[in-house]
Amino acid sequence: MCNYALAILLVCNYLAISQNCKYTLSGKVLDLHDSSVLSGATLVVAETESMTQTSLDGDYTILNLCENTTYSIKILHSSCETKTFYVKISEDTQRDFKLEHHLEELNEIILEGKAYENNTNTTLENNVSNETLERYSTGALGDALNSLSGVSSLNKGNGIVKPIVNGLHSSRIIMVNNGVRMQDQEWGAEHAPNIDINSVGRLTLIKSASALQYGGDAMGGVIIAEALKVPVKDSLYGKTMTSVASNGRGGILTSNLTKSYSSGWFGTAQGTVKRFGDFEAADYILSNTGLIEQNASLHLGLNKFNYGFEGYFSFFSNKIGILRASHLHGAADQVRAFESNTPLIINDFTYNIEAPRQNVKHQLARIKGFKTFENFGILSLQYDYQQNNRLEFDIRRGDDRDKAAMDLKLKTHTLLLDYENDFERQLDLKSGLMARYQNNFANPNTGVRRLIPDYDKYELGIYLLGNFTLDDRWLVEAGARFDYTHLDAYKFYRTSFWEDRNYDVLYPHIVIEDLGTQVLANPNLKFHNASATAGLKYTFKDNYQLFLNYALASRAPNPSELFSEGLHHSGARIELGDLSFNSEVGHKVSVTFQRDHDTFSFSINPYVNTISDFIIIEPTKVLETIRGNFQVWEYRQTNAQLLGVDIDVAYKFTDKLNFTHQLSIVKGYDRSKDLPLISMPPISTKNEISFEHPKFHNLKLALQSEYVFAQNEYPDNNFEVYVPETETTELLDISSTPSAYHLLNFNSSIDFEITKTSLLTVGLGITNILNTSYRNYLNLQRFYADDLGRNFLLNLKFKY
Amino acid sequence: MKKSIFLIPLLILALIFTGCSDDDDTTPEPVNEEELITTMTVTLSPVGGGSDIILKTVDMDGDGGNEPVITVNGVTGNEVSLTVGTSYEGSIELLNESEDPAEDITEEVQEEAEEHQFFYTASSSLDVTTSYEDEDGDGNPIGVDFTLEANEASSGDLTFTLRHEPNKSAAGVSNGDITNAGGETDITETFSVTIEP
Repeated sequence: MCNYALAILLVCNYLAISQNCKYTLSGKVLDLHDSSVLSGATLVVAETESMTQTSLDGDYTILNLCENTTYSIKILHSSCETKTFYVKISEDTQRDFKLEHHLEELNEIILEGKAYENNTNTTLENNVSNETLERYSTGALGDALNSLSGVSSLNKGNGIVKPIVNGLHSSRIIMVNNGVRMQDQEWGAEHAPNIDINSVGRLTLIKSASALQYGGDAMGGVIIAEALKVPVKDSLYGKTMTSVASNGRGGILTSNLTKSYSSGWFGTAQGTVKRFGDFEAADYILSNTGLIEQNASLHLGLNKFNYGFEGYFSFFSNKIGILRASHLHGAADQVRAFESNTPLIINDFTYNIEAPRQNVKHQLARIKGFKTFENFGILSLQYDYQQNNRLEFDIRRGDDRDKAAMDLKLKTHTLLLDYENDFERQLDLKSGLMARYQNNFANPNTGVRRLIPDYDKYELGIYLLGNFTLDDRWLVEAGARFDYTHLDAYKFYRTSFWEDRNYDVLYPHIVIEDLGTQVLANPNLKFHNASATAGLKYTFKDNYQLFLNYALASRAPNPSELFSEGLHHSGARIELGDLSFNSEVGHKVSVTFQRDHDTFSFSINPYVNTISDFIIIEPTKVLETIRGNFQVWEYRQTNAQLLGVDIDVAYKFTDKLNFTHQLSIVKGYDRSKDLPLISMPPISTKNEISFEHPKFHNLKLALQSEYVFAQNEYPDNNFEVYVPETETTELLDISSTPSAYHLLNFNSSIDFEITKTSLLTVGLGITNILNTSYRNYLNLQRFYADDLGRNFLLNLKFKY
Repeated sequence: MKKSIFLIPLLILALIFTGCSDDDDTTPEPVNEEELITTMTVTLSPVGGGSDIILKTVDMDGDGGNEPVITVNGVTGNEVSLTVGTSYEGSIELLNESEDPAEDITEEVQEEAEEHQFFYTASSSLDVTTSYEDEDGDGNPIGVDFTLEANEASSGDLTFTLRHEPNKSAAGVSNGDITNAGGETDITETFSVTIEP
């Protein structure tokens, strides 16, 4: 037998010699899910018994291959499943190979599911690649997410960027940072996620509530930020990057270093500093929009095949200026600001950040351990602690001048126990328990009534998720989750509001102190929420796939919706919540049809999201105060429906020339009142043409066009205000939407190999090339100022 | 063995829940709203004798809640009568009466005079002339003290407005024209004035 094999080998060798064996096979080894390059992957060519490794860039080259021979190439990588590919050589060939993650991560992908976006050479993915993240290094996490179809952002200026997924945002989106669900007062429109974009290696978006392991209340979707995987081998590597931008006259410096051992131990340290002065619109300076950010994270752990543990700590701190001209008192001030085409206050450029501004510190610590039990599965236990300190500074008078107007401290402890089976390949099961305690403390020394009250929140959750692979074509998935929430709050109500709302009759038993003009109440609210998901995936021949998913989500009202009662300075409006709210329940059905192909790929993803008891805030009246008239916005519950479609298309003209297209449409309606919903993203489309020349220093050039239509469906919330100086009653138009706009962006990068193991990448980008003046419907500053003007970006990245 | 694995985390869960529920014994203290202006009193003293006219607006629970209560000479309502050809010495007092004793906000305004200015805006039908009687460190008006001339018999609205951080160097602002003043409104109240013979 052995001799027989030897004989074949000899014959092969003989044949190889007699043939033309001068050909080269080269390309990259990539991660199947996010197209990130896999360095240090080993390629074994069985036929020639040769072996090679990929470079830092994931490049490999195999020389001396023979004509008309099929080679089997086995690729091994520490964090991926080993796979063999077959390549027939008839000339010099270029081919990229894609590897799948280990099983445990694969499960996650399947759950993330509907994860149709597996192809790396298209933009169809729901993953934001590391490369894209680096391009947005000077921006916010929301800016990078914005590059995906179906995602837009709710902005306050340019420093505060909240992702909107299929029309929903804030408490309806779950943000997961390295396995920890972020708890950072996410309900406020001006509260951006406190995650350093430069600490993220992989960003995944799930546009439904089907990832039940993270929570059952993701009406809009789940966003998962993770650090890059560390290989189990002896190595030391890192990256230092600096970006400078002309707009804002600032930049960032970020660096990370990873040390790993073949024993499984690893450690990564990372840090970022970011500094910008006033940003500029096309025609003027946006005064007081500078920002400072300082972040650091540390990740340590041991990763063995059947057990491991890790510790993660991160610190995030920022100081963001709010456009000075957007700070107003009352409706008459708003009339003046709206009438002016330019901001009422424009000062010279400065790096100083004055009031109004916010200052947020977010600390996160997590420890996690896992162990694999034979014939049982993997058990993991995680404890995490987060502390979010939010300070908001207003323009104030007298001794209070430098005192925060809002000072909140949110502390959260979470314990997670997860189980995952690994003995049956056909059935993947995942289940777990969650317990959480949260405490919010609103510092009374601000001298301003608390907008968010003091509270304690207790949560318990349990879930079970499974997917069953029938055959190569069919995959079925189902899951359920139950959450219990208990909110114990201490809230001071104005007596006038307490009586006006009839709370004195409905809830007299919760009053624990009567202070004359206000009462102290102690509401204890309990919510029971069930959520579930069911879906299937069918794989056709010829790279076509069909996904069908139903997700039931339910979300308990957040403290802002329940307890708001007072002036919200940043909106110059009085906001009123409602104690009697119950949970909102959403039903989302989404279908995705996709073709995943080298030259022509596309995906079409229509969806319908029907939400009962949807909580919205809308203007109800104008209230007279000693400071003038203020608009009153009240939360109410209604039945809402969101319909939309996300389309992605990618076409490869040649090896080097690519075209991608994105279209996102979402329409939202209040079905009870038969009105459009406020703040729905307008239709937008992005088209990009890109040129890549891997052999010439990996040169990449891309030109992108972004067209945003005017939102033509919006509720009419305008109201009239009497202005004494002109003796007229003016209509305050807070409803009309800005006109459509078109932006052109350019991006390029080129690589230089410094040494064999280090690489310098130089990037140049221009956003808003034509310096277009425009206003974005979803930017809360649109009433007062234009959006950002032209920006030149220079990016230097050094990998070692 | 397997069952005990589940018991450990449950025990930790129980510890977290019992451990954390102990620290909420104290109830929060009410916020002391130091900046609040609850009361504006405008006193008009006729030059050459006569009794003072007191215009007052009071909003005890601040922004939102109940609407302000407006009184003239202690009577609810915003109707003021002035006498033709009379000159009035005016002064404005701001108080935060939610504190005990009431805090005098006028002092704060005068301490930060450069950042504050009162405006007296009359509707075109009302024949009054106002002039400032005080100034800040830059020689610009503050408007806590002023003179009001009631000219011909007429009637219309008179609005008292305090702006925070106005642009005092903008056209007309130092003469009392609010149009280009900018800034934010700290307090504003409108009275219905009749000038009678």
